[in-house]
Amino acid sequence: MSDEAIKIGGKKKSRFMDTVKGLLPEGGNLDMCLTCGACSSGCPATGLEDMDPRKLLRMASLGMDDELLASNWPWMCTMCTRCIYVCPMKINIPQLVFNLRASRPRDQRPKGIVGSCDMALRNDTCSAMGATEEDWRFVVEDVAEEVRQTQPGFEKLLVPMDKKGSEFFLNQNSREPVTEPDEMIPLWKILNTAGADWTYGSKGWAAENYCLFCADNENWEKIVRTKVKAVEDLGCKVWLNTE
Amino acid sequence: MNSDWNKDLKVKFTVQDPCQLVRKSFGDPVALDLRYVVKKVVGEENFVDMAPNMSNNYCCGGGGGFLQSGLPDARRQYGKVKFDQIMSTGADYAITPCHNCHAQIHDLKEHFDGNYHTVHLWTLICLSMGMLGENERVYLGPELQGVGL
Repeated sequence: MSDEAIKIGGKKKSRFMDTVKGLLPEGGNLDMCLTCGACSSGCPATGLEDMDPRKLLRMASLGMDDELLASNWPWMCTMCTRCIYVCPMKINIPQLVFNLRASRPRDQRPKGIVGSCDMALRNDTCSAMGATEEDWRFVVEDVAEEVRQTQPGFEKLLVPMDKKGSEFFLNQNSREPVTEPDEMIPLWKILNTAGADWTYGSKGWAAENYCLFCADNENWEKIVRTKVKAVEDLGCKVWLNTE
Repeated sequence: MNSDWNKDLKVKFTVQDPCQLVRKSFGDPVALDLRYVVKKVVGEENFVDMAPNMSNNYCCGGGGGFLQSGLPDARRQYGKVKFDQIMSTGADYAITPCHNCHAQIHDLKEHFDGNYHTVHLWTLICLSMGMLGENERVYLGPELQGVGL
């Protein structure tokens, strides 16, 4: 809790909250807070930066836009939506957070998130770690071949790439092929043993989307569309995200 | 698959409900599916649930880009809720079916000096089926290194 009462200055100005309300179905219920505090009592981010979900919403209602935009708290809320889940009025506080992120100039957003988004935009793989189609194909085939050579029972291990018409299109977080490729093997074994009709794609395979976390609306949509196109180009029926 | 390998070992497991998979996508039915698989793999008597759980579970703090945000102190303070939740189950292992959860919960254990291991579900499925290779056990503790090899 803050030590001093909040002072509201001068004449009424347009509120950041009104912009967000305009974007959401039913205005995100942003005007319906009963101040019960269920959101804040069960939020792991409560107390960070002297902020909590109820306080954030209250500040938005009071038009304290400058203070909200200056706060780093929107980058400490993971938008996990537990606050909505427990809220009797189903108020969409995470969308308020997302749009606070989006309201900050891009070059003032956390460098790690912006950098991961930018990296993902460099290749059709959408890899935030910059893995190319060649890197990906090489690692998968290299690791699969080693399993075939060394692990009895998996001499015929299949790790399909760009197999048209497969039932499942499986994607993979970049961290695995780039930093711990052996972690992919158990997944392949399960799919082989189950007889699943699946494939990886050389494009759009990276599961992560840091442009979403960056609140870069244009580019997170671009990433999603690149991934969807990869699935549709192969004519796969189900898109499986391992995250 | 079955849990015979854990009949005598009695290694205890808990499971993290990933926000994206459970609360934000498929709800409690997928959380129940997850528990069905976990119990088959480790044995029902060796599964300890967190509280709260399923759709009401706490986020671990690895989501929303937090891992890449350059705010490690805040991220770990956030994650302390999850760390305490896992520790109070007394489980030897936290199963994390989400990649971000895995990275965060593993980091929390290192940072707060916890005594649990953090594993992907696929690792345990293969372990229980006797098909987990030697190089696929990085996240397993010493008591499981030789199981089913």
